[in-house]
Amino acid sequence: MSKRLLAIFAMLLVASMVLAACGGGAAPAEEAPMEEAPAEEAPAEEAPAEEAPAMFECTDEIGCVTYYADEPIRIASALVVSGPNTDLGMDSQRGVELAMEFKGDVLGHAVELQAEDDGCSAEGGQAAGQKIVSDPTIIGIIGTSCSGAGVPMSKIMSDAGYVMVSPSNTSPALTDADSAWNPGYYRTAHNDKVQGKAMAEFAIDVLGVTSAAAIHDGDPYTEGLARVFADNFEALGGTIVEFTAVNKGDTDMRPVLTAVAAAGPPELIYYPVFTAEGGFLTKQAKEVAGLEETILSAADGMISPAAVEAVGEAGEGMYFSGPDLGFENELYTTFLEKHTEVYGIDPTSVFHSHAFDAANMILGCVEEVGVVDGEDLHVGRQAMRDCLDATSGFDGITGTLTCNEYGDCADPQITVSQLTAGEYEPIWP
Amino acid sequence: MQERIKQIDFLGLVLWIFRTAIIVSMLWGTIATLMDNPYSARAWTDTIVAGIAQGSLYALIAIGYTLVYGVLFMINFAHGEFFMSGIMTATIFIAQPMSASGYLDRHPVIGITVIAVVTMLVSVGIANLTERIAYRPLRGAPRLVPLITAIGASFFWQYFFQGLYGSEVKAFPQIEVIVGKVNIAGIEILKSQVIVIIVTILMLAGLYFFVVKTKTGKSIRAAAENKDVARLMGIDVDRAITLTFTLGASMAGIAGVLYALVFRQIHFFMGFFPGIKAFTAAVLGGIGSIPGAALGGLFLGIFESVGPGLFLEGLGVPSPHQLKDVIAFTMLVLVLIFRPQGILGEALAEEKA
Repeated sequence: MSKRLLAIFAMLLVASMVLAACGGGAAPAEEAPMEEAPAEEAPAEEAPAEEAPAMFECTDEIGCVTYYADEPIRIASALVVSGPNTDLGMDSQRGVELAMEFKGDVLGHAVELQAEDDGCSAEGGQAAGQKIVSDPTIIGIIGTSCSGAGVPMSKIMSDAGYVMVSPSNTSPALTDADSAWNPGYYRTAHNDKVQGKAMAEFAIDVLGVTSAAAIHDGDPYTEGLARVFADNFEALGGTIVEFTAVNKGDTDMRPVLTAVAAAGPPELIYYPVFTAEGGFLTKQAKEVAGLEETILSAADGMISPAAVEAVGEAGEGMYFSGPDLGFENELYTTFLEKHTEVYGIDPTSVFHSHAFDAANMILGCVEEVGVVDGEDLHVGRQAMRDCLDATSGFDGITGTLTCNEYGDCADPQITVSQLTAGEYEPIWP
Repeated sequence: MQERIKQIDFLGLVLWIFRTAIIVSMLWGTIATLMDNPYSARAWTDTIVAGIAQGSLYALIAIGYTLVYGVLFMINFAHGEFFMSGIMTATIFIAQPMSASGYLDRHPVIGITVIAVVTMLVSVGIANLTERIAYRPLRGAPRLVPLITAIGASFFWQYFFQGLYGSEVKAFPQIEVIVGKVNIAGIEILKSQVIVIIVTILMLAGLYFFVVKTKTGKSIRAAAENKDVARLMGIDVDRAITLTFTLGASMAGIAGVLYALVFRQIHFFMGFFPGIKAFTAAVLGGIGSIPGAALGGLFLGIFESVGPGLFLEGLGVPSPHQLKDVIAFTMLVLVLIFRPQGILGEALAEEKA
């Protein structure tokens, strides 16, 4: 009895495998899977056998993605769309969606977005990265929002042969070959080496301060930026009285601010953190003995309508470094009109245009290196990297983008704004 | 048998080394900090007062954990969300419009009272809804089931309110009357912190009186003691449980208002960390005990605030304030090694433990 059951079970198993193999032909498959992803080998071996007349031969070093007739080209996003920094990520995701809408079909194929969440944390980047590289039909990634998530994700996607363009990672480490850089990583956001230096110059040259403190929250973005600021500030002859940190999610900043006051008190505090922690720091700084007259300044993580509300009256007159958003081009005007039309709101953060450009870079490269073979489309993964590497004079909303060998593609223009009556007024340079 | 003795000895040794290491490094850090003395007396008192205010908030939230645990033996991880839901709603529908029209500055007492009442109503409503829908059907289930359900409920409410009110940080209006500092016995304290401390003392005293002295309070304690016997004595146990959630959620609601007054910034995620910290405070003080929750909250708040500067600064740790949670949880471990039942906790009977 049990033997017969076993036999039936075995037959069912075989039948299911045959069926799966037939199904494999219809699913888009990698023709030459790379070593790092052995799991994809099974359907890939069967696929050419089923689709015998495939004439195309993939010569790409790390493999090709094939989209058969009527299959959409798939791209992924890994932006922060949950938790306290949702504003930042949703804003970028809308930029990606609008880029897809503007672009329409690419080489006769529709474009589909697989939206993942980077969680604005290393764990989130790890999870999103693993999920994306397990899908062999994805050709490129727009992400991550946060540098903290970008570090693990860059490694994962690079090993699996993908490309990733970040709209808002600004940590210097990510494009530093000695640190967290990996092949296939690009960004349309500025490198914070530029931003931190600009802020230090502004503090010394324009505000004329000689002592400062820097506070970060342990995220690679905030820590990197605070560090670059502190180094440049000292190089320009200033004194950093305290370089310290808070935690993400902290609300009571009085102890750390008291420590800053005890160390100086400094003439200026720079805290390139996010809205929630930044709001608490701003309000509580005004209440700590010794810091009543200290100039407060922050960075692009706190340039948003929500940040204006968070800092409230305490933020009046505060300085913010960030990318120059006074994009004077027709594309941006059209973008903003479409944004309001589709979502009914204005952009909620800084990096929507960077995300728009990032998506266009990826789709542009698909268009450039994609091989049309009848109704099918083949895109080489190394070809995508070569194409993005060669990006030069790309006209985007954020300027004319040219990628260097480590994936820094931005056309960085940093400006310092002052918060006046609830508006960010650009005042320098 | 012999091996077993060996194992216990080894474990005991490790624990002993661990304790000693913590205590020695704490003492060493403290002495080094005090020798160097980077802070003025003023800075110390400011830090301690900030710690007491923060600890008061933890205490009020911890009450909810402790009460529910006392009666149902479950950790209600959705409690942080009760705290968040009330003040979010009241800020958006009451505080912000009231402030925009200038009413809040003209009649601050009435204004804050209305905000507090609305906050408590919403918190209590959400708490009872959660209890009725998510917890009551699981009353007889194994202990782990309601625990996981509570975590699920916590996420549900977080993202429910995110969907409802948006994900941005929202400002709680500044009220003119409570801006600035008052001088109490030569120490300048922020008015908002004074309010937090006084209100917390009043609420905790009131709650203690209610639970210990009134008949309704007695029914809660009876249900906590033994539900079956309580039922036999004619006590409506479901009502006692509802009451427990109501009390806990009102305290969380008040904590929400105080949080808003001190920090003036709210957010759909704001319940998460205070919730975890308050849970820690409840365990630290001895879960199930009301004075324990209060003491645990204060203890945690003060150590978090003073600890980094006092213990770590002297040891030369960079960015000590980033490690305040490490200090808080190390204190938890240290207390639990010496007193597994928490500071004021009674040794639990087999059934409860």
